[in-house]
Amino acid sequence: MKLFRKMTRTFRQGGIHPADDKFTAREPIVTLSLPAKVIIPLQQHAGKPAIPVVQPGDRVKAGTLIARLQGEISANIHSSVSGVVSAFEEHPDASGASIPSLVIEREGDEWTENMVTGDDLSSTPIPDRETILSRIREAGVVGMGGAAFPTHVKLRIPDSLVVDTLLINGVECEPFLTADHRLMLEKPDEILTGTAILMKALDIREAIIGIEANKQDAINVMARSAANFSGITVVSLEMKYPQGSEKQLIEALTDRRVEPGKLPATSGVLVNNVATTYAVFEAVIRQKPLVDRVVTVTGKSLSHPGNFLARIGTPVVELIRAAGGLPDNTGKVIAGGPMMGHALASLDVPVTKGLSGIVVLSREESPRSLPQTCIRCGKCVEGCPMNLEPYLLMAQSEKGLYEKALQNSLLCCMECGTCSYVCPAFRPVLDYIREGKKMSGKVAASTPARG
Amino acid sequence: MSSTLYYTILVISAIGAVSAIVLYYISQRFRVEEDHRIDEVEALLPGSNCASCGYAGCRAFAEACVSADQLTGLVCPVGGNETAIALASLLGKEKAEVIPVTAVVRCEGSCDVRPRTSRYEGVKTCLSITSLYGGETGCRYGCHGFSDCVRACLFDAIHMNPATGLPVVDAVKCNGCGACEAACPVGLIEMRRKMPGNRQIFVACRNKDPEPRASNACSVACTACGNCMEACGFDAIRISNNLATIDAWKCTLCRKCVSVCPSRSIREVNFPARKIKSPGELVQS
Repeated sequence: MKLFRKMTRTFRQGGIHPADDKFTAREPIVTLSLPAKVIIPLQQHAGKPAIPVVQPGDRVKAGTLIARLQGEISANIHSSVSGVVSAFEEHPDASGASIPSLVIEREGDEWTENMVTGDDLSSTPIPDRETILSRIREAGVVGMGGAAFPTHVKLRIPDSLVVDTLLINGVECEPFLTADHRLMLEKPDEILTGTAILMKALDIREAIIGIEANKQDAINVMARSAANFSGITVVSLEMKYPQGSEKQLIEALTDRRVEPGKLPATSGVLVNNVATTYAVFEAVIRQKPLVDRVVTVTGKSLSHPGNFLARIGTPVVELIRAAGGLPDNTGKVIAGGPMMGHALASLDVPVTKGLSGIVVLSREESPRSLPQTCIRCGKCVEGCPMNLEPYLLMAQSEKGLYEKALQNSLLCCMECGTCSYVCPAFRPVLDYIREGKKMSGKVAASTPARG
Repeated sequence: MSSTLYYTILVISAIGAVSAIVLYYISQRFRVEEDHRIDEVEALLPGSNCASCGYAGCRAFAEACVSADQLTGLVCPVGGNETAIALASLLGKEKAEVIPVTAVVRCEGSCDVRPRTSRYEGVKTCLSITSLYGGETGCRYGCHGFSDCVRACLFDAIHMNPATGLPVVDAVKCNGCGACEAACPVGLIEMRRKMPGNRQIFVACRNKDPEPRASNACSVACTACGNCMEACGFDAIRISNNLATIDAWKCTLCRKCVSVCPSRSIREVNFPARKIKSPGELVQS
């Protein structure tokens, strides 16, 4: 077992360890009571939005296909409840953008018939490769760690590349979040079967599950289950943010590097999140589309924080109600983790496939400090996991020097927020870099007409 | 001691003299012959280097004017018609047609009529807030109020009104360079044809949301009811994407649309105060 030669491994460049505050780690996953209506955005994934195949007035069941993928990169979308489609309209999602969405008024809880139910599915054989790929595609499985990249597209490796190792991401390095942690504790066999399915789909023999050392119970449970599968190892990783990022995880687990702008497959690896792997298991063995997911609802001021299995499209306000309601001193509600998540402008936004948590911060915890001038201490440079110079990118973006910022690898920034977190002058480093990334795209798109 | 001083002076003077000869030779040998008219044209231009002509600055524009066969399309919006005439006579070419324009701000959503729904704590620029989300109110098309347009203006022609939190254009100072239009990330600033007395009639709203979402977010939002389109006798008003737009080329400033707008989204600028008709009194228009 050469993988265990060091007990804890991690990536080399940069990284931080913020206080993790994962106090919902002991809360078992609770199934959320069904909401009266769900709002299902037709773009919950990277790529093109899905095209609706139902109309207002149509009756649907939980699991009915309501929007079909279009183009190369896209994913199917299914109804998460039974009921009647009441509207097709633009609705804001957690990122604040308005997305065409289907609103479904719930009636009862009926499911489509073709699913395989029952708890003991260990005897169900894993189908052949083509069936696996088509079931994943049909079920609309996307990366559930946040980026929501369609899984069936990820599994389609170009012929020129050879993938030899599958990495399963159980890192969950964001503070507060415990959704993946609970899933690993409660569904280890399902996740490992999902891993075996992915290995068969990719025709590879080796898979590594990376879990940070602060989840020792999950490491033990997963390692015990992994003993029943060949080729799957569980590795304990040092606690370091942003280890859950694809490139950092690849470096931590395999010592390989992915060149900027290249796919991980060029380095012979493929990374999937544990929640995605569980969704793959459900799609292939149970033939159940991706209509629900585990969401951590947490915050020091909440009376009942916990991990909830929520249907896709459930308004966030329902989740907060289940966690004991919004406390009076709430300052911010964040969709996702506190490092990379978005503060919500409204609680009516729906749960989407990529939403792993809701963090409620009090007024005392949430405000930003007053920014001061950059003191050139270099802490952001030291912390940046992508080996960039955040202070420089910030200054160039602020002054509109987007082309220079592009030359300094502006687009390699994955917006992990380490630079803003460590800045002793409280400068909003990432805000400026994000602005620069947005504007540099526009500059590149519009070539000057004259002059 | 004194000989060191003399030698130093002598050596440095010699180096200076040799360098001067070399530099003189190089400047003669590699002299770039430049059209003297470029300097003359540049002297006619405002010298603000605002780049609203589409060139990098006044000198680049002057070079383009001199080398062009005709002046069509070569317009300095800041200099306007007078500069265009002077340019044409200097270069002996036909004058380019100048259409004077001015900026208008198509949002009236002050804090009173457009309630806040969230509080933004990031970098205080309009560009930054739009790169994150739809803004602090329910209307993502409206003004964010972080003064990107004010900072872009080289002519001190646009200011924030502290009472409303919205930018106001000084029509006298505005020369239509379009810097504010380019700076506004939500596209609220429209360059409209300059009218007599700097008067303008325009729909001060860009909200494309359907009803009732638009009016829930802002009580002066255009609801696309179509009253203005019916009232207009000049076919100047069009409704598309849940929003009315007045065509500045067709508008005759008759103001019929203003009074029929139920949400008071149509704004009249620089008109004298309306006289109140009382019975028995004849109103002179």
